[in-house]
Amino acid sequence: MRVNRSVRVIAAAMTAAVAMTACGSGDGGDSGSDKVTLSVSLFGNFGYEELYKQYEQAHPNIKIQERTADYNAHHRDLATHLATNAGAADIEAVDTGFIAQMREVGNQFTDLGTDRAAEYLPWKWQASLTKDGKQIGYGTDVGGLAICYRRDLFQQAGLPADRDQVSAAWASGWDKYIELGQQFTKKAPKGTAFFDGGGALYNAVIGQAPVGFYNTDNSIVVSSNPEVRKAWDLVVKAIQANLSAKLIESSPEWNNGFAKGQFATIACPAWMMAKIKDQSKAFAGKWDVAAVPGGGGNWGGSYLTVPKQGKHVAEAKALAAWLTAPEQQSKVFTTQGLLPSIPSLYDKPEVGALKDPFFNNAPVGKIFTTAAKELKPQYQGPRAGDIQTTIRDGLVRVEQGKQSSDQSWTQTVSDVERLAK
Amino acid sequence: MAAIKATLNRLDAKGSPYLYVLPFFLLFGIFGLFPLIYTGYVSFNDWNLLDGGAHEWVGLANYREMLHDSYFWNSLGNTLSIWVLSTVPQLLAALWIAHLLNHKLRARTSLRMGVLLPNITSIVAVTIVFTQLFGRDFGMINWLLGLVGVGPIDWQADTWSSHLAISTIVMWRWTGYNALIYLASMQAIPHDLYEAAELDGASTTQQFWKITVPQLRPTIIFTTVISTIGGLQIMAEPLLFAGTSTPTGGSDRQFQTIALFMYEQGFREFRFGYASAIAWTLCLIIAVFAIANFLLTRRIAKDEE
Repeated sequence: MRVNRSVRVIAAAMTAAVAMTACGSGDGGDSGSDKVTLSVSLFGNFGYEELYKQYEQAHPNIKIQERTADYNAHHRDLATHLATNAGAADIEAVDTGFIAQMREVGNQFTDLGTDRAAEYLPWKWQASLTKDGKQIGYGTDVGGLAICYRRDLFQQAGLPADRDQVSAAWASGWDKYIELGQQFTKKAPKGTAFFDGGGALYNAVIGQAPVGFYNTDNSIVVSSNPEVRKAWDLVVKAIQANLSAKLIESSPEWNNGFAKGQFATIACPAWMMAKIKDQSKAFAGKWDVAAVPGGGGNWGGSYLTVPKQGKHVAEAKALAAWLTAPEQQSKVFTTQGLLPSIPSLYDKPEVGALKDPFFNNAPVGKIFTTAAKELKPQYQGPRAGDIQTTIRDGLVRVEQGKQSSDQSWTQTVSDVERLAK
Repeated sequence: MAAIKATLNRLDAKGSPYLYVLPFFLLFGIFGLFPLIYTGYVSFNDWNLLDGGAHEWVGLANYREMLHDSYFWNSLGNTLSIWVLSTVPQLLAALWIAHLLNHKLRARTSLRMGVLLPNITSIVAVTIVFTQLFGRDFGMINWLLGLVGVGPIDWQADTWSSHLAISTIVMWRWTGYNALIYLASMQAIPHDLYEAAELDGASTTQQFWKITVPQLRPTIIFTTVISTIGGLQIMAEPLLFAGTSTPTGGSDRQFQTIALFMYEQGFREFRFGYASAIAWTLCLIIAVFAIANFLLTRRIAKDEE
């Protein structure tokens, strides 16, 4: 009955939607002005609101509609739309974790050409390039890596709170980070852990390895690559030292955790700053940014793709190119902190010298462009996003005390093998 | 002339009822029967959704694989557990609530409408609210437990606790709905039965068990079957309860139901054929349960008589 009900509601909604699209195509949209409505489907905050207005003003015949879903749902929806050849937006965002999967079905996307190849970070450009040399997505941002931390909590725990001191304290690597965490835990305010959750920390650590879950021939190396297990052991060590708030990234509880001050540090690719700002408004100025232990790495970063099934492919392509053009990437960095994937911007004062008052005037421009320059690009295979989720679940089992590290690792490896089927 | 008219009349009387019910069967054929058969066909194929529907006939291979898949059995166990935990208390509570509402009460109509309110709220909203209530760190239920000295429970982490939480969501939404069905049926029970019982000195409880329940027999069978069908298909609640919209139902699949497993295989793994095999198996399981239910409840109700 339950599902029957919801199925009926969905069916009704779909019928209505079909009826509406039918009407829309019948009279060719707003017949008088020939207005084109472009839909843009995103996950999380891409910082495009202002840009849409600007674009609409410059192009009176274009109207832009944005829809957002959460990370997993968004990519699953996109894959479903591609499979059924219906329902995709004119522009669809794809994250690094899923770009390889989309690249495998590259014929479903509009070829964006090679005009802009020279602008981009080479590895960013390569990652969305199909085997036969078609470009399926314009890069938006790259992750880069830093650690965002709450200086007020550091002070309360008697740790140095100055960002240079903090960076120096763990400069030699993640072991020092864990040591500092143990010091923090001794005197930390009640209910505050050192970091948010094992899954998120893991993504940062593995993001620094030269090889992650895949070889460049698309074979999964989770069980054979020592880096994968090394990162696992490190995170388990941090969990067992009781440093984790045991929250799953982007879950409602995690959002809550920001407001309640449940954790003092968080692995912080540039895009994470936007999330922190959204969830942690009450602590503006109390956050700060320090360098990541163990040197540069990458976690995340996205692409804008134009699925072939869209009705307004040409207009969508133009909009995607504009949204990812250097000028706009630079604006998105200054407003939302998403790090550009166009390296010529890094030395521009409005990017490289940017300071962010929310993060206690940290020189985020310098920190993240340095991280991006140091970054060792890592090859991402088709199921990278799902492997990431599978490993997260494995670490959650350890956090929940359901399994030992070895038990959980064994199960994680066999779950990853299932994904490869 | 008269003969033609008579023929037309006869045609009208015999034919038009079929015409009246035709729309249902047409719709059922398009939206019910066709997907069912098509899914059956898909289930015999190795069919990758993302490869633009490329497929290969593999016969029963998907079903064979499923029978040896520990995650399938895990999801079946979870589904049955959540189904029992939600359906049994739900129907008993509904019966009891209907019994109370059947008495002369002030503001009777609004109370009767009130029990339906949980049902008309959005399933997504309800689940999100309940997930907050069952939150590990700041949930109200753990706070209440704390007041009576019980330590906080990580509701999502364990099998029993997650099943209990999900069942609560189901019960909250459907108890009132079933109560109204029972109530409607109760009002059709001839009042003189109760009067006679009262004259014979039967208590309210006795009246309930000896008159109300046996008289409600067909309704009880109906609600049990309907709840079973719904309970075995449960999907939205466990999906949203996980909080991150991953279809694995918790870190160790501790609350992954069959419907969710099917969804995972179909729309995360894009194994359309395998997902279809699961769908067909689920359909068969539901049919078996519905029939077993029907026979069982009929016997129980007969014994009461």
